[in-house]
Amino acid sequence: MAKFKKKTNVKQDIPTSSMPDVVFMLLFFFMVTTEMRKSTLEVKQQIPKATQLRKLMRKSLVANLYVGEPTKTQVYGKEPKIQADDTFIDTKDIIRWVNEQKAKLDEVERDQITVSLKVDKDAKRGLIADIETELRKANARKLLYSTLEDNDRDSN
Amino acid sequence: MPRATPEIPNASMADIAFLLLVFFLVTTTIPNNKGLSIALPPPPEANPPEDVKIQERNMFKIQINSSDALLIEGEPREDIRTLKDEIKAFVLNNGKDPASSDNPEKAIVSFKTDRGTSHKRFVELLDIVQAAYYDLYAEQAGVTNAEFRDAASDLSIPKNRAIYEKGRAGIPLNISIADPTKVGN
Repeated sequence: MAKFKKKTNVKQDIPTSSMPDVVFMLLFFFMVTTEMRKSTLEVKQQIPKATQLRKLMRKSLVANLYVGEPTKTQVYGKEPKIQADDTFIDTKDIIRWVNEQKAKLDEVERDQITVSLKVDKDAKRGLIADIETELRKANARKLLYSTLEDNDRDSN
Repeated sequence: MPRATPEIPNASMADIAFLLLVFFLVTTTIPNNKGLSIALPPPPEANPPEDVKIQERNMFKIQINSSDALLIEGEPREDIRTLKDEIKAFVLNNGKDPASSDNPEKAIVSFKTDRGTSHKRFVELLDIVQAAYYDLYAEQAGVTNAEFRDAASDLSIPKNRAIYEKGRAGIPLNISIADPTKVGN
């Protein structure tokens, strides 16, 4: 009976000496690109898709408003709500909120504030239009409807 | 006696690095600062000025009702694939077709939605209208649509500003978004 002789002397180990270097490289990548989210999201966020996107360059000039159905529907109900920072705000509080955001900026840059509206795709136009009216009163007239890039459609 | 060389133990380094790596992997969020940019009109005044008469031919009307159905130039519509080209033709009509716009400066694309219109549908239509305008700008500036939008995002660079101004010349972005009606909510 033929015998299959096991090959010996063949090294099967993956070299591990460079592993820390590889891991460190990944680590640095994530450390540099990471950005801590300041507030926990309390509203549903399924952002709609679009093709004609514009990018905001100056991050310090951007103030975020989140709109959508609350995640804790049993506590807050099913009606879409507006979240600013960590709390829900009413439409009538938006002027005050904009002024707080403007106060954080340098005086020369206050008019350049851009409000990024992150709106769930199922939210209704009525609420958004109310927000827009308040933003006009607060003189924060640069607006961005936050959307994701739609790769299925041709953007040209 | 040989001098003992001080050494940091290397064996646990990978573990520590892994731990940190996992932490950053979990906490990281890719920030999204992209979207459809619009400029809101000045604040509503207490005494609204008299209605400015705008000729019917200079308006391209897009209406969306509370069940997300479309009415374009008064006609119910389902297929919106040709809409972009229709808007481009409308803006660049320059008085050729008596039913369409006089010139690009007078042409207005008017949006009318309902309070019950979904944000998704609104963004879809606004995207098409902006696509039509950006196509025109890009064509006039001699770049592609994506290049034009990139340039418009950062106007602090002189080259970008030149592209932007060349593209925008003579064609203002006249998109009017009216207050929604109150059928659904």
